[in-house]
Amino acid sequence: MFTNTNLMEFIFGRLSWSSLAFTHDPIILATFVVVVIGGSAVVGAITYFRLWGYLWREWFTSVDHKKIGIMYVILSLVMLLRGFADAIMMRTQQAIAFGANEGYLPPYHYDQIFTAHGVIMIFFFAMPLVTGIMNYVVPLQIGARDVSFPFLNNFSFWMTTAGAVIIMISLFVGEFARTGWLAYPPLSGADYSPGVGVDYYIWGLQVAGVGTTLSGINLIATIVKMRAPGMTMMKMPIFTWTSLCTNVLIVASFPILTATLVLLTLDRYVGTNFFTNDLGGNPMMYVNLIWIWGHPEVYILILPAFGIFSEIVSTYSGKRLFGYASMVYATVVITILSYIVWLHHFFTMGSGASVNAFFGITTMIISIPTGAKIFNWLFTMYRGRIRYEVPMYWTIGFMVTFVIGGMTGVMLAIPPADFVLHNSLFLVAHFHNVIIGGVVFGLLAGINFWYPKAFGYRLDPFWGKMSFWFWLTGFYFAFMPLYVLGLMGVTRRVNHFEDPSLQIWFIIAAFGAFLIALGIASFVIQIVVSFFKREQLRDTTGDPWNGRTLEWSTSSPPPEYNFAFTPVVYDHDSWYDMKNRGYVRPLEGFKPIHMPKNTGTGVILSAFSVSLAFGLIWYMWWLAALSFIAIMVVSIAHTFNYKRDYYIQAETVTATENARTKQLAEQA
Amino acid sequence: MKLIRRLSALALPLALSGCDLVVMSPSGDIATQQRDLIIVSVVLMLLIIVPVICLTFYFAWHYRRSNINAKYDPEWHHSTRLEVVIWAAPLAIIIALGAVTWVSTHRLDPYRPLDRIDANRPVTPETKTITIEVVALDWKWLFLYPEQGIATVNEIAAPIDTPIEFKITGSTVMNSFYIPALAGQIYAMPGMQTKLHAVMNKEGVYEGFSANYSGDGFSGMRFKFHGMSNDNFGQWVARVKEQGSALNRDAYLKLERPSNRVPVTYFATVEDGLYDAILNLCVKPGQMCANEMMHIDMMGGAGKDSHENRKRLEYDTRWSADAGPGATHPATGHGAKEPTQAEGVNAPAEAPAGHEGHSVAPDQLNTNPKP
Amino acid sequence: MSNTQAATSEKPVFYLTEEHHPENSTNLGFWIYLMSDCLMFAVLFATYAVLGRNYAAGPSPADLFDLKLVAINTAMLLFSSITYGFAMLRMEKSDKSGTLMWLGITGLFGLAFLAIELYEFHHLIQEGATPQRSAFLSAFFALVGTHGLHVTFGCIWLVTLMVQVAKYGLIEDNRRRLMCLSMFWHFLDVIWIGVFSLVYLVGVLG
Repeated sequence: MFTNTNLMEFIFGRLSWSSLAFTHDPIILATFVVVVIGGSAVVGAITYFRLWGYLWREWFTSVDHKKIGIMYVILSLVMLLRGFADAIMMRTQQAIAFGANEGYLPPYHYDQIFTAHGVIMIFFFAMPLVTGIMNYVVPLQIGARDVSFPFLNNFSFWMTTAGAVIIMISLFVGEFARTGWLAYPPLSGADYSPGVGVDYYIWGLQVAGVGTTLSGINLIATIVKMRAPGMTMMKMPIFTWTSLCTNVLIVASFPILTATLVLLTLDRYVGTNFFTNDLGGNPMMYVNLIWIWGHPEVYILILPAFGIFSEIVSTYSGKRLFGYASMVYATVVITILSYIVWLHHFFTMGSGASVNAFFGITTMIISIPTGAKIFNWLFTMYRGRIRYEVPMYWTIGFMVTFVIGGMTGVMLAIPPADFVLHNSLFLVAHFHNVIIGGVVFGLLAGINFWYPKAFGYRLDPFWGKMSFWFWLTGFYFAFMPLYVLGLMGVTRRVNHFEDPSLQIWFIIAAFGAFLIALGIASFVIQIVVSFFKREQLRDTTGDPWNGRTLEWSTSSPPPEYNFAFTPVVYDHDSWYDMKNRGYVRPLEGFKPIHMPKNTGTGVILSAFSVSLAFGLIWYMWWLAALSFIAIMVVSIAHTFNYKRDYYIQAETVTATENARTKQLAEQA
Repeated sequence: MKLIRRLSALALPLALSGCDLVVMSPSGDIATQQRDLIIVSVVLMLLIIVPVICLTFYFAWHYRRSNINAKYDPEWHHSTRLEVVIWAAPLAIIIALGAVTWVSTHRLDPYRPLDRIDANRPVTPETKTITIEVVALDWKWLFLYPEQGIATVNEIAAPIDTPIEFKITGSTVMNSFYIPALAGQIYAMPGMQTKLHAVMNKEGVYEGFSANYSGDGFSGMRFKFHGMSNDNFGQWVARVKEQGSALNRDAYLKLERPSNRVPVTYFATVEDGLYDAILNLCVKPGQMCANEMMHIDMMGGAGKDSHENRKRLEYDTRWSADAGPGATHPATGHGAKEPTQAEGVNAPAEAPAGHEGHSVAPDQLNTNPKP
Repeated sequence: MSNTQAATSEKPVFYLTEEHHPENSTNLGFWIYLMSDCLMFAVLFATYAVLGRNYAAGPSPADLFDLKLVAINTAMLLFSSITYGFAMLRMEKSDKSGTLMWLGITGLFGLAFLAIELYEFHHLIQEGATPQRSAFLSAFFALVGTHGLHVTFGCIWLVTLMVQVAKYGLIEDNRRRLMCLSMFWHFLDVIWIGVFSLVYLVGVLG
């Protein structure tokens, strides 16, 4: 029965030699060669220095929220490089593709690049970075030893990584979606996108989405249940508040994305008619559903950034945050409002005037609490004594840049104005203005702020400032021309232009992107330089910035149990309060500490998830079935392990704490 | 209004001389009103944004650590009066903007027929109007002129100072119909009709394009809009009639196939009911029209023995199924349960879609008839 | 704050000398998970509400659904919830074999529910009412099928837990897991009541 082709088809599904993208595209071939060489260098180095065992024991299988947080940040920075490479390629193409010059990226390639850029930057750069920082900081800020579900935390991280791996595979094997980052049907349906691209998109997002949702649940439970005694909700640090709101948003929006993508999957794999043109399907329903997730997603990213800025402004101004309560209410109001604005992403789809006006006005209302927040930061600086460390640079840069982005956002929220600006480069400039000027600035500020806590030494300020100035000027050079182009009626996602008068603006924008590249390079240099200068930059106090919240009360880096004794909270800015009221660090009476054990289950499950997704993408049904069975068996086997914890002996704790006592004494 | 004019006159050269900010200096009345709205909203918001930016710089400078003369008050963190101000100030701006939004969204609703040609000339019952039917194809634009009986590809012309009613649909995926100089954009979607009312006030040739990414040939999905005097428009119509070929169903089915950067094409005649057939996804002979399907659905479906209907409704797969039986399937499906509907279901051109005024075709968001 | 040192002196005490045992978060965490799952069902319900009358000139609920069969099916699931309740009561009494017996009965009801649902699906597909037939049927199969998949996983989980209870007894970990599964099971029941009334009853009678 089985002819040779049938057997090949059974084993490899749709995969064939010609699917390997690098066999016929020189750009991808070059990338592939670089990745192979770089990858083997890293693998070789790890093997040479015999680090595999160490990495496996101390990092990959770790359930310590601090290590998981750091791994999230590393993942996100790696993905930033990929996403930014896409950005540079797009900017170059648009800067040269005029008139007779078709540029170097044909639509087939260009369309994949802008889709990948959006997907990677949102799902695999911004999201893991936000999650990583929350993971690292929140348990420390609330005086907890770990998150509520440490294993789940490890699993979430590896699922996010698995999603990123799936997206990265698409670069070399097959193709990525050519649909734009939200994959609107009917374009993303089986009939108009028959290849594997959209399937990579779907499975990459689904696998990562599992991780994101679970980590959201985990952090909510942590913040609700694990706070130190005395820390009532209205005494929580503001970053913890914004994290709580963000995770509520995650849990209340990612399931919508999951369900929506499931429906799209059914359309593509089973031939159902949810979003088809024919047989009663309704593509507009997809657009609605995806934005019911998509708009809260924006706030998922920005709220923690707001929290970071709040901590930074108050710390470096040496002053309590102005209007803590109104800050909290503003955050909660934004959280709720973010669910009733989704339609502003498609005013132009032709809803009635009243519907459009309603969603336009709700959108504008969000700018009221956001405006209040800006004022709160402003008046925190008022009568402060501002120290200009690197995070404070980012904060000032943010405040100025973000209000501009906010203004253009409100312009886009007026439906008739949106009719002329929608989908134009003005829109592109707007959301980069708020995402770079808000989210990215915030996260980079956060990295500079908490880096000494995580590694025990500060980041080099010179390269930090270089990074800041390159990013800031690069941002203005890259995106102000896009505002102009938007007003010239230039739309997004175009890979070739006829009108030569536009070219100068694209060249300026490409120059801006190049400046941002220098900003990223400075950031990488900053990390490398700081590593070599770590003795000079060493922080032995655990409190390098004269901090105000509990994470600064422990050593840098904190011991794996975070706090030898659980702190008791009496006021806002509890560490500041403790320092003020003569807190004395306990020196004896240490007890054994109950901690969760490491486990490799998360890594294994995520590896099988990758092979499951790969099997589904390429129609290798046997691989998908086997992987699925393996996932079930491993999960069930995992539940048979009841011995998931251990005690850190009192002697070990005493030794660790004595070492710190000695260090502090030397300091003094 | 005068203020807006003056401000825009001021803003334009100030912004960027030498480049054509078509959104800020449009030639159609609707786009002009939309431009005014942009300026009003920017001015309103600058009322709060300029002070914020200035204060940011001032505070950041004045309260620097090295300035020991500045007052330092580490415990100052609350002031009810200040809090009221910082919530009330944005609130006031948003109330003003919200009112502007509500009014302007209704006034500039693309579905609403125009009531003025420009700021000084209202539309009267005597004002001539023109209807243009727009179809977004892969990857070109088809324009049908029901009143003139002609059609064009990638070129559109209209007399100036004449209200235009665009009826917009598509054939495969979502596009967005946008002529920046004329009016804001609106999506073009298969199986659905959106509308746009606009008027061009100045003669000239303007850019038009798809503003929503639609696949491979998207970048080339551009066309020119010619705003003409009435006489010139008449000549243009005559030229189309003279040079063009016939656009019947066969020609449309060929035209509909994906193609890139299609040159301007004229059609002197258009088969009756073609636009309605496109809108209802039933140009191909033997297809069941969407409006007919919706009518059957509204009557409670066609029962269990209606397998034939499915083949007659398949649309997205039409190109891949060309070789199969689907394309030439005899139209012998089952109609609705209503006996009166059972006959005549296989003649899409006769389907009750053609009536002016009460289009049975799905308008926006009405694809699901309510119980 | 019973375990803090009494703040008798001037200075407040800034740390606990005893081990801090925050409340177990599993129930809360699982509850939040259920809410997120509920949102997935909300999307499927919304989809059904939007597409549920798009029959594509094909069969409608009135043509297809056999209310009697579905009523029996509903009874199966409701009974399984009751018997799960009995299992939990036994668990409270630390009666291992009683717990196991009631769990077993619950599982049988669950399987019966799945069997009837599969029969119904099979029957529909035989009649040509496949998920590909119309948007209405796509939405129907997605909603009911997703619920069925949940019940399937519930059954797998139930069997796993029965093995674990049999092997390790009603230890605290197992009690917590039984509690979680209990929430899951009742949650599926609630969802099914929604399906039964909104899809089947409204579809056939409404």
